[in-house]
Amino acid sequence: MDRKDKQKKGSGEEPCRKEQTVWEQKGISRRDFLKFCTAMSAALALPAAFAPKIARALDDVKRPALVWLEFQDCAGDTEALLRASSPSVSEIVLDVLSLDYHETLMAAAGRQAEENLWKTVREQRGKYIAVVEGSIPMKDGGVYCCVGGRSALDIAREVCGNAFATIAAGTCAAGGGIPEAKPNPTGAVGVKDAVPAATVINLPGCPLNPDNLTATVVHYLTFGKLPDTDSRGRPLFAYGKRIHDNCERRPHFDAGQYVEVWGNDAHRKGHCLYKMGCKGPETYHNCPIQRYNEKTNWPVGAGHGCIGCSEANFWDTMSPFYGRLPNVPGFGVELTADRIGAGLAIATAAAFAGHGVISALRKDKDSEGKKEE
Amino acid sequence: MAKIVIDPITRIEGHLRIEAEVNGDRVADAWSSSTMFRGIEKILQGRDPRDAWVFTQRFCGVCTTVHAIAAIRSVENALGIRIPPNAELIRNIIMGVQNVHDHVIHFYHLHALDWVDITSALKADPAKTSALAASLSDWPLNSATYFKGVRDRLAAFVKTGRLGPFANAWWGHPAYKLPPEANLMATAHYLEALEWQKDIIRIHAILGSKNPHPQTFLVGGMAIPIDPDSQNALNAGTLAEIRGLLARTKDFVEKVYLPDLLAIASFYKEWATIGGGVGDFLCYGDFPSDNSGKAETLWMPRGMIRNRDLSRVYPVEQEKITEYVDHSWYEYAGGPGKGLHPWDGATDHAYTGPKPPYEYLNTNEKYSWVKAPRYDGLPVEVGPLARCLTAYAAGHREMKTAVDMVLTKLQLGTDALFSTLGRTAARGIETLVLARKLPEWLDSLTANIKGGDYAVHNGEKWDPDTWPKEAKGYGWHEAPRGALGHWIRIKDGKILNYQAVVPSTWLASPRDAKGRRGPYEAALVGTPLADPKRPLEILRTVHSFDPCLACAVHLFDPDGGGAVTVKAL
Repeated sequence: MDRKDKQKKGSGEEPCRKEQTVWEQKGISRRDFLKFCTAMSAALALPAAFAPKIARALDDVKRPALVWLEFQDCAGDTEALLRASSPSVSEIVLDVLSLDYHETLMAAAGRQAEENLWKTVREQRGKYIAVVEGSIPMKDGGVYCCVGGRSALDIAREVCGNAFATIAAGTCAAGGGIPEAKPNPTGAVGVKDAVPAATVINLPGCPLNPDNLTATVVHYLTFGKLPDTDSRGRPLFAYGKRIHDNCERRPHFDAGQYVEVWGNDAHRKGHCLYKMGCKGPETYHNCPIQRYNEKTNWPVGAGHGCIGCSEANFWDTMSPFYGRLPNVPGFGVELTADRIGAGLAIATAAAFAGHGVISALRKDKDSEGKKEE
Repeated sequence: MAKIVIDPITRIEGHLRIEAEVNGDRVADAWSSSTMFRGIEKILQGRDPRDAWVFTQRFCGVCTTVHAIAAIRSVENALGIRIPPNAELIRNIIMGVQNVHDHVIHFYHLHALDWVDITSALKADPAKTSALAASLSDWPLNSATYFKGVRDRLAAFVKTGRLGPFANAWWGHPAYKLPPEANLMATAHYLEALEWQKDIIRIHAILGSKNPHPQTFLVGGMAIPIDPDSQNALNAGTLAEIRGLLARTKDFVEKVYLPDLLAIASFYKEWATIGGGVGDFLCYGDFPSDNSGKAETLWMPRGMIRNRDLSRVYPVEQEKITEYVDHSWYEYAGGPGKGLHPWDGATDHAYTGPKPPYEYLNTNEKYSWVKAPRYDGLPVEVGPLARCLTAYAAGHREMKTAVDMVLTKLQLGTDALFSTLGRTAARGIETLVLARKLPEWLDSLTANIKGGDYAVHNGEKWDPDTWPKEAKGYGWHEAPRGALGHWIRIKDGKILNYQAVVPSTWLASPRDAKGRRGPYEAALVGTPLADPKRPLEILRTVHSFDPCLACAVHLFDPDGGGAVTVKAL
């Protein structure tokens, strides 16, 4: 169908025509745009029928402002953002959001850069989205992380405190991450602990999956509210199920077929990595479904066990990474590999019951948040 | 003299602050400070050495993979482990792709806007831009229609009045010299490179599950199995996919990156005399041709260049590496004024800077979380330029050909390499040479598999029970930003202490006990400033080093309980 025909066909249907015009003006083909909306429906674990709703919602928004703060970080979540594919980072920057502050990407430097941040905080108060990457050091007056001469804590209080919502991107911002691992030399914490008054959505992962970041933003743009979360502030659409439950190698676990030596026949044939230390049975994340880098692969798919990177304190609770779950401090009961299937089934049931309660509580909180809007 | 501060230095990794004294229209002196500290080495103590790479990989998410490589090499060195040839080749491919990918992102997304004025692109004539692009290469995306599309997209974006990451920059600065057409071409390639980089890095995902932070390294080899008859391993299909992506990688570097680099450099040739820096260069070398661990098997040669003299390559001796803390926020138990080797250092972090919020640091005293590493007492430059110079002086065929090609096209001599322009050009030269080399490593890997060799891991010493009671080792790697070293001590199967001296430690180093400037600081002295209120030229020289400050801090404890050594990168 050529462009003329498309416009003709669309002319009788107001939302559709408008959608074409606006996005085509932005240099994005209707085909790509709808592909993106469909991908977003999938990422959000919604039926494909939601794609048109997402399309309409995105078309109506005028690039909400987003400021991205980097504290005790490694920029891994920033790099993950660069790998985003639906939409890609150039589409995010030019078409979807107004990325008003991002140290790694912005052209301005020094005082001019800081002016951009504070202008958004001042002029878009309560409307902008803040993203935080990296933990916040609380010890010794915050001297362990300063930007423009101000401490990370000082900046976070003002920026996150005045945002519509803050997305804690990656495990460090979500719960302290690696700086917080024992003995936590700088008193590092996640955003919610540093700024308890802020509305925070946690997107842990080391780094986070960029698809989950875009899906969270699109969820907000589409439904006008933040997604439901679990007890750790993680959206259920991305963290509602254990890796183990969606793992492509699960049948091998159930059949008792395990890798026991790196590079052996079982490893080559894709058997279960549980005995090599895989933390999939204790980790809530959508890696097996969403995968990484345009859905190319994910850790278990490439032959290495999960390290549990979306779980708080995983650096301490999931290590040594090549030790089996029963060896992990904090896991609790001693379970052998033979018995673990049954044991975990009980743990899962308990965990899911917990999730249900928490999301019900969250719903109430969210409706309150909506009233404030 | 006026003192200016740029904090944050943006378009880098991490938290960097530059304070500079300006005398008239020149930088008279400069101080480089890192303002973030995490303490990951302290966190490593007592952990399983096989886990070290997972932790150290998180030093940095931009040069992801590099600390994982250095970590596994340090453990393998300590325990005397030889890895299978396939694992060596897979590592070479991962490291080579990392360098190429990182350098292209640096050029377009972190460095280009120092030279390219995006706002000027709006005034470009698409037909003239097309003619310019076609004169430089036969890259398919060079029609007038294409460039008009980019210009219109940019114009529509500007019309919204919300410039996002491009807001409030020093557009229109007198130091910008490109004509509108070159600016439009570079802007188009800025956007293309964003798409390209997310595609070609899928090589890391195929071999290592994801990027950033691939999860595939193992002490003793790699976790990605090989089996032509399995869908869960490297097979003919995945090898073909990698081959296709490597071809795309090379294509973009040859037809877009290098032509852009040469075109932009030709307008800024005065930068071949600015930003020279310390004049001594260190390269550990990398990309082993076999698994013997011998320096002479490294495809990228090891060596040092002293005092800008390309007639001789000096050997590298690891015991000559020491670090000073006289201007860094740490203390040595033995008192100030001494440098300590990574295996022997001992110190404690002790912040003595101003309480935030602050206007200025006290640069006469301590002013950075970065330590001051010195080789044989001297500050040295590491990175693509150090690698190019070492290889050039050593007569490395591919590198020498590429360096000569670039110098000939720019009509410059080898003296021009010792500059801001030379540093930026060296990064492109190395990218070109690596992009052409990468398919050869894949060929070797394919040939091994064809011959029936599927080994990816040497498990003889996987079990800590097979280890000696005590061991120490070091692992070196040429990361995108330069010479990277990790030093480890193992006792009773656990990490006793761990220390990393990374490229940005060398480069962002503050002054040492004798007051000698680090490479950024030395390179900034004498930088001309067209408008000291908008010090664009400072960004050019600092960005030419590709700063990466995240890896900022390491601590280790040599006695397992006594004084604590804090390391800054």
